[in-house]
Amino acid sequence: MSNAVSALEGASYQGFAQVREMGLQGMITLRGDFDNAIFKKTLKLISGCNVPALRELNHSKSGTVVWMSPDELLVLCAYDKAQVVTEKAVKQFAKTHSMAVNVSDARAVFTITGNGAREVIAKLAPVDMAAFKKNEIRRTRLAQVPAAFWVSDDDQITIVVFRSVAQYVFDLLKTAAAKGGEVGFIY
Amino acid sequence: MLIFECPYCGVKAEETELHAGGEAHLTRHGAGASDDDLKSYLFMRKNPKGVHFERWQHANGCGKWFHAARCTMTLEVFGTYSAQTFEPPAELVKKIKKKRPDWEGWT
Ligand SMILES: [Zn+2]
Repeated sequence: MSNAVSALEGASYQGFAQVREMGLQGMITLRGDFDNAIFKKTLKLISGCNVPALRELNHSKSGTVVWMSPDELLVLCAYDKAQVVTEKAVKQFAKTHSMAVNVSDARAVFTITGNGAREVIAKLAPVDMAAFKKNEIRRTRLAQVPAAFWVSDDDQITIVVFRSVAQYVFDLLKTAAAKGGEVGFIY
Repeated sequence: MLIFECPYCGVKAEETELHAGGEAHLTRHGAGASDDDLKSYLFMRKNPKGVHFERWQHANGCGKWFHAARCTMTLEVFGTYSAQTFEPPAELVKKIKKKRPDWEGWT
């Protein structure tokens, strides 16, 4: 078994908000028809969740499901369980036009924590962060690369990006969160 | 700055989240088509000064393609609608006609 490492191995930065690469995170992409009975049953089986409403997240004891598009969900689970869980879903999907892929090693996860967390995002994405609700997920861009993020706690935002741009995104977030760069407009 | 509401994820996306896909509702003439049909499919576009129907992709977003109607001169957006259609919704056409009585129609 190879020694799995995340893109930036937990790198962190303390500015007016804290930026942290979150290490290994299990992530499974599901695609299919949300109204399909087997799709819904499989989602429940692997995550304990129902299909989330448009641009929302659902949580259960065993996992979190993120709405990505009208036919795509992202299931979050423990890294070391992701492969087994994916295989379980693939088996369930055998006779439906649905798909499950373990994308844990193809993504990187960051958090921004602190009072200015929304402000850090507001500098980089064309999103009204003052109106951004808790439990809302947004797929957009951070400067020049695609990203998805949601408010994971009162003062914390979780960001998912492609692993190949992890360093670029970390550098962006560091610059946007640098001390002295507070705008003080969004709280 | 153009702002389109994506009909698939409901986001009011500004231009930098989107990818332009050119004129909408073209007939795709392929293998076996006449030279004239193929030429018109490949090269001939309306390019109007005014009401235009277009394809756009929510590239930095949900990834879906959708349709949009806008004015190429004023950038006024009349509406967006699903990609799973061969023609603009009648309601939208009616709305545009009301706003632009001189408009010759979408076909
Ligand atoms: Zn969209």
